[in-house]
Amino acid sequence: MKKFVIIAIFNILLIKNSFALIEIDITRGNLDPLPIAISPLHVDIKSESYENIKIKNLGEDISKIIENNFRATGLFDPLKKEAFVQKPDIAHLKPRFEDWRLIKAQALVTGKILTVDGKLKVEFRLWDLAAAKEMTALAFTTTPSNWRRVAHIISDKIYERLTGEEGYFDTRIIYVAESGPKNQRIKKLAIMDQDGANTKYLTLGNELVLTPRFNPTNQMVTYMSYFRNMPRVYLLDIETGTQEVVGNFPGMTFAPRFSPDGKKIVMSFAKDGNSDIYTMDLDSRVVERITDHSSIDTSPSFSPDGKFIAFNSDRSGLQQIYVMRSDGSGVKRITFGNGIYGTPVWSPRGDLIAFTKMRKGRFYIGVMRIDGSGERLLTENYYQEAPSWSPNGRVLVFYRETKSGSKGEGFSAKLWSIDITGYNERRLKTESDASDPSWSSLLSK
Amino acid sequence: MLRSLIYSITFHSVLVLLTVLSLPFMLRQPIDLPPIVSVELIQITDKTSIPFAPKARKIIEETKKKEEERLVSEQAPPAAKAKEKPDRIPLPNEKKDEKKLVKKKQNPEEIKPQIRQASEFEKKEIIDTNQIAALIDKAKEEEAVKQKTNDKITQSSKKNSFATGLTLSQEDALRAQIFGCWSVPLGLPYDEDLLVRIKLKLKKDGTIIKSEILDHQRMNKPGQKFYKVLAESALRAVRLCQPLKVPPTGYDKWKDLQLNFNPTEMLKG
Repeated sequence: MKKFVIIAIFNILLIKNSFALIEIDITRGNLDPLPIAISPLHVDIKSESYENIKIKNLGEDISKIIENNFRATGLFDPLKKEAFVQKPDIAHLKPRFEDWRLIKAQALVTGKILTVDGKLKVEFRLWDLAAAKEMTALAFTTTPSNWRRVAHIISDKIYERLTGEEGYFDTRIIYVAESGPKNQRIKKLAIMDQDGANTKYLTLGNELVLTPRFNPTNQMVTYMSYFRNMPRVYLLDIETGTQEVVGNFPGMTFAPRFSPDGKKIVMSFAKDGNSDIYTMDLDSRVVERITDHSSIDTSPSFSPDGKFIAFNSDRSGLQQIYVMRSDGSGVKRITFGNGIYGTPVWSPRGDLIAFTKMRKGRFYIGVMRIDGSGERLLTENYYQEAPSWSPNGRVLVFYRETKSGSKGEGFSAKLWSIDITGYNERRLKTESDASDPSWSSLLSK
Repeated sequence: MLRSLIYSITFHSVLVLLTVLSLPFMLRQPIDLPPIVSVELIQITDKTSIPFAPKARKIIEETKKKEEERLVSEQAPPAAKAKEKPDRIPLPNEKKDEKKLVKKKQNPEEIKPQIRQASEFEKKEIIDTNQIAALIDKAKEEEAVKQKTNDKITQSSKKNSFATGLTLSQEDALRAQIFGCWSVPLGLPYDEDLLVRIKLKLKKDGTIIKSEILDHQRMNKPGQKFYKVLAESALRAVRLCQPLKVPPTGYDKWKDLQLNFNPTEMLKG
C-alpha cells in the first residue's frame, strides 16, 4: 500500500512537470536578398597566361561574373570583397565559419583553378555558414577560352542549390539590334550571353528582321524577314549560318515560334486581309491549317507540353487572347479585361502566360494563369512589348521604347527584364538599340 | 390527479423556460478578442529636427554632449542613453534613403527615375513589412514584460497559455523574430505540400542545444529538392535567430519547442 502511494505521488509530480510540446507555425519570412560571400577563386597555376587568356586574373574574373549574375537576380546580395576575412586558398580548404558569419554572410562560395593537360579545371564549393557545412562541390574541365561559360554554369549550380529551381545564367538572348533614324532603321539579328557579353551579329542588316525565336536545342532560330519584298518566315542555323525560307506560302507569313519538341513551326499566314494560324512540320514540310476564321489570328505560342496553343485574335471585336488545343479545336477566350491584349507567351513551367496589354495609350507587360485568371500587370510604360521567358519561368525579358532628345523627338529601344513578382526591373546591356528579345534554354542541358 | 398533472405541467414548463432562457448564455463562447497590438508612438519632432548640414549637426552633437555631461553630473546614467540608439526605429526619411541605395546597387548604371516605372507591386513595397514586423516584435516584447510584472492575463492569452504553455504575446514575439530571420526561397512551387517541422531543444537564454528536422529522411529522397532547400532555409533561420526571444520564466514549458515552417501563403502571394 505504501509503495502504491509513493508511486502515485511520483506520477502526479511527473504529470506536473511534463507539458505538451509547444508548436509554433511560421508562415511568413523576409524577402530580403540573401547575403552571400563570393570569394575570388584561388589560381593554382604557375604560368601567367595561356592562349592569350590571363590565367592569373581568372579567379577574380570568374568570381565577378558569378557576383554580377547573383546581383541581377535580386534574390541575392553579394557582399563586398573588402570585408572578406580569409584568403581564397585557405577558405577553399576549410572556411572559418564564425569569421564569415561576422560579416553577415549566410552562404560562401570558394573555388580553385588549375590546368590539367592544357585544359582548365575550375572547382568550387558552396558553404552553408549558419550550419557550418558544405552544401555542394563540383569541378568543371574545359578549354580555357570557355571560362565565361564555366562561371555561368557555376552560378546556375549555386542558384539551383540555394533556391530549389533551375538557374538561367548559362543562356543566350537573341534580339534585333537596331541603329539609324526611325524611317531608315537598320535591323540586324544579334545574339549575346544573358549578361550582355559576347555579342555576335547573325545578319548584315540589308533586310529588315523581326521576331527571332530559338528552338529548344538553341541551334536554330526562326524569324521574320523580307523575301522579294514580302514578309516571310525564315529558319537560320546559328552554327553554320545557313538560312532558308519556311514553306511555300502565296502570301506573307509572320510571328513564327517553335513547338516545344522543335519539330514544328507555328506561325501566321495572311492573305487578303485575313490571317490564320498554321503549323509546318520541319521534317516532312507538311503544312497544317490550325484556325479558320475571318478575323486576324496571330502570335501563336505552344504550351510546354505541346497540347495547347495560345494566340491573339480580334474575333470578338477588340484583340484578345485565346487558347485552343494544338489541332485547333476547343477555342476558348481567356482575357476579358479592359484594353487590348496581345503577344501571349506560355511559361516554360506551364503555369502562366505572359502578355502585352494596351490600355488608354499605355503599354503593360503582365502575367496570368492559363485560364486567364489572376492577371497581374508587372510593368507599365509609354511603349513596350514582346515578353520572352527565362528558361526557369522566373524572369521576363522584353523591349521598351522611350523618347529621347531634349524635346522627345528621338527614341531609343532597349531590353529590360523583370521578375514575375513585379520586382527587380533592370535594363540589359546591349551594344546598340535592341528589340524583340528571345531567351534561349539552358545551353549546358 | 388533475391537480398533480397541472403542477407537473407548470413546473415542467417553468423548467423548459428556464433552460431556454439560461442555457444559451451558458453555452456562449467567450469572446475571442484578437491580441492587442501596442504600437509605440514616437515624438517625431525630437528626431526630425536634426538638420542634415554637417556644420549644424556638429553643433547639435556638441550641445548634446554637453547636455549628457550635465546629466552625468546630475547622476543620470549615460549608458542607458547610449543603449537606446541601436534599437531606435528608423525615421521615414532614413527609410527612404535606404531604399534608394538598394536600387542603386541593383542597377548601377542605368535606371533613371524618369524612365523607370514602378509596377503596382513595387508601389506596395513602400510599406516595408519587415519594419512593421520589427515594430510589432518590439511591441510584443514589451507587452510580454508588462504582463509578467502586472501578472494580469487577458482572456485570449489565458486560453492560449493553457493550450501551448506560452502566452499569445510571447508566442508572437518568437514568431516575429523568426519571420525576420527566415529568407524564404522564392523558387519553391506553391502547390506542393511543403511543411518543415523542426524540433528544438533550448537553453534558458534561448540559445539552441539541438535542432532536428522531424522528417529529415525526406530531405535525401530523390525528387524532394524543394523540400531540402526549404528545410535548409528553415534551419538557417533558426540558427541565425539565436538566441531566441524566449520568456524569462517557465523554462520547463518551452525548453522543447517545435517550429512548423510553411511558406505556402507567401509563395501564393
